[in-house]
Amino acid sequence: MDKLDQLIINQLQDGFPIVDSPYRQIAEQLNITEDLLLQRLQQLLDNGILSRFGPMYHAEKMGGALTLAAVKVPEENFEQCCEVINAFPEVAHNYQRDHVLNMWFVLATETPEQITDVIRQIEQQTGLEVFNMPKVNEYFVGLKLEA
Amino acid sequence: MDAIDFQLIEAIQNGLPICSRPYLQLGKGLSLSEQQVIDRLAALRQQGLVKRLGVIVNHRQLGYRANAMVVLNIPDYNVAEVGGQVSQFSFVNLCYQRPRQGDRWPYNLYFMIHGKSRGRVLNQLDHLLETCSLKQMAREVLFSKQCFKQRGALYKQAPEQII
Repeated sequence: MDKLDQLIINQLQDGFPIVDSPYRQIAEQLNITEDLLLQRLQQLLDNGILSRFGPMYHAEKMGGALTLAAVKVPEENFEQCCEVINAFPEVAHNYQRDHVLNMWFVLATETPEQITDVIRQIEQQTGLEVFNMPKVNEYFVGLKLEA
Repeated sequence: MDAIDFQLIEAIQNGLPICSRPYLQLGKGLSLSEQQVIDRLAALRQQGLVKRLGVIVNHRQLGYRANAMVVLNIPDYNVAEVGGQVSQFSFVNLCYQRPRQGDRWPYNLYFMIHGKSRGRVLNQLDHLLETCSLKQMAREVLFSKQCFKQRGALYKQAPEQII
């Protein structure tokens, strides 16, 4: 990754235009050719520096539901429990964190009712209590990470 | 939002075409003109169904290896104001109010700091807590140790950016 890649990443985290030739517009702002931009963007996706290039949806407005959930997993059962939880397609991501509440995952479902349902299934299959922490208010979402 | 919007959303959920005229390209598969694709996408963004178009970086690949979830217990009457203050810091990536889980987990304000090292993240947090006079508030800082699963957003499902 060089300086130009960094510029491209930073620029595209701010958004992508909805016009006939959006790449040309971005390329002009960066003072490079459109071909070079297309080529670099493809490379950044291929090598995994960018995980995605596309739309970020508003899950709730689309009718879906999201929640942040956590469980206290005993050390000796950690791997097994992780497998059980990750097997649910509704689990969007799952992080181990250094705390007694050591497994934190996001559930995403097509309807709000399914959240309750999946939580019940996870509790049954793991024997653990699931802490359910859906958002009440959103103050800021702006995951821009300078490259 | 109609059936065609859903088709459009499905068509782009794995990514926009990387070519000179991406919206023309998309339209071909959906029997829409380039202008129709542009109008529909612009409307979806206007309505907030599409929050934005752009890139999602793999933060670990960019060297952001220290990812802290900070939780605080803020009195309810004050949580919106504190949430607003916390959100002003450029290194804060996400900030939400969430329900307390009784005495076992009495925290209601959550925010994330992604940084290149734990030390740096802790310094940033210290500065934030000092500036907002939050040092006395009960809190916990949970660094991530390992990411087990992280999938892209499907339109019926989650965006990456929730915790």
